[in-house]
Amino acid sequence: MSQSKEPNLQESDIPESVARRRMIKSFGWFALAAAVPFGVYEWVTHSPGAQGIRRPLRKILDANEQVARTYFSDTHLVPTFSVEAAAKQARVNGYDGIKTPIPEDWTLQIDRPNTESLALTIDEVKTLPKHEIVYEFKCIEGWSQVQHWGGVRLSDFMEKYKLGTRSGNAPNPGNTDDLFKYVGMETPDKGYYVGIDMESAMHPQTLLAYELNGQPITAPHGAPLRLIIPVKYGVKNLKRIGRIFFADERPRDFWAERGYDYYVGL
Amino acid sequence: MKRIVHKHPLAIRWFHWINFPVLFVMIWSGLLIYWAYDPYKITIGSYTLVSFFPDGFYKFLNVPRRLAEGMAWHWVFMWLFMLNGLLYVGYTFISGEWRHLVPNKNSFREAVQVTLFDLGLRKTQPPFVKYNGAQKIAYFSIMLMGVGSVLTGFAIYKPTQFSWLTNLLGGYTAARLEHFILTLGYVLFFFVHVGQVIRAGWQNFQSMITGFEIVKPNDPKRPIMDKPVIPETDPVVTPVKPALS
Repeated sequence: MSQSKEPNLQESDIPESVARRRMIKSFGWFALAAAVPFGVYEWVTHSPGAQGIRRPLRKILDANEQVARTYFSDTHLVPTFSVEAAAKQARVNGYDGIKTPIPEDWTLQIDRPNTESLALTIDEVKTLPKHEIVYEFKCIEGWSQVQHWGGVRLSDFMEKYKLGTRSGNAPNPGNTDDLFKYVGMETPDKGYYVGIDMESAMHPQTLLAYELNGQPITAPHGAPLRLIIPVKYGVKNLKRIGRIFFADERPRDFWAERGYDYYVGL
Repeated sequence: MKRIVHKHPLAIRWFHWINFPVLFVMIWSGLLIYWAYDPYKITIGSYTLVSFFPDGFYKFLNVPRRLAEGMAWHWVFMWLFMLNGLLYVGYTFISGEWRHLVPNKNSFREAVQVTLFDLGLRKTQPPFVKYNGAQKIAYFSIMLMGVGSVLTGFAIYKPTQFSWLTNLLGGYTAARLEHFILTLGYVLFFFVHVGQVIRAGWQNFQSMITGFEIVKPNDPKRPIMDKPVIPETDPVVTPVKPALS
């Protein structure tokens, strides 16, 4: 590796007083520098809170989001697996927002600007082309599991019902100014809610899912209709969607309010 | 007059001491994250030899239920860790410092000799310029491990954007384990490093702050290459500088 010979260290002769002065100076700087980490820690931990964490941390997380949204692709696909690779028993990890029974009269409510909101039954949702995906579901806690979901593309859904735009037309990828910046979703009891950037919502692998392993999804998995968004951690995959709306400001987000990153894009 | 040897350039000292608190925050916040899903253990058959980590360990360090906080610190300080590491590697390369650091074909033999010497099984250690063979291997490895932590880190931070990298590292769960093992490596290095620095003594330690060491001419404590130590009349071998520090 290093063919060239290792040079000797430089030596010099200095008066003892100079050596002592240099030493004192270096240690002085060292002591000052050592105070910096303590100062940073004190500053961060005494800063005002911003949704569950200290403001300086929140600001950097939001800056990280800008880095991701500026430099990363909105269309990279999540790796997929064969159906056999999927877990037979998909893991259930949370019941927030689905602690009450499924409402008998459940419909999917979609708020639209300047016009009355839509209310769709599950059969109406199912009229769109069905897509299946087998991918590694990733929980923010760190575990992951290959799961097999089926449903309709959120982008197809928005196309058919002309959603997510200011003009009321179908979303046009070439006219991003017409698109709202965020999609918000919440459970019927409003016990769980998420906000998703429009690019991730329009991602071709983002589904409104009604099947797990080829069967209708069960209540703990988010029946009758849930969000499957592979480009995000599990926390954004809202179960039992009650209402969908569109906004330019970040919709409130259950886990972001509890100190987690808002974007959590993978 | 005093003769001094210029050991650590100013830039290297800054990189070293900046890395210390930054890596500390990365390891601590990593532990807060790891707690939320902590499946790793070393087992022999059905017997668990080591569990990462026992409940008492978490409680003692006040780790539980701080995942969100851990992620925030981790994703803030990763930038400092990468920036400092990049500057360090860049400086080492451009300044020529790498010639003191990168192991060569003799380093491995030297490292064995140094280890034997440290264990008291050998009377002399091979001469060296700045770092002995064992140090070169250790410090160069720790630099490579830093690169490894960044790569495995990105593989689990953005597994969709860097799916090629995640696949290359054996998948998402494998990359998480690799990231964890590298961290154990830092902790192990830290304890050995601090132990060796203590053994090496004050002159060696302070040179990472001042940059220089005061040398006595023909100091038997500092066998320098190309300057063979003139054997003293006393045949008793003076204990020399410990190896890895």
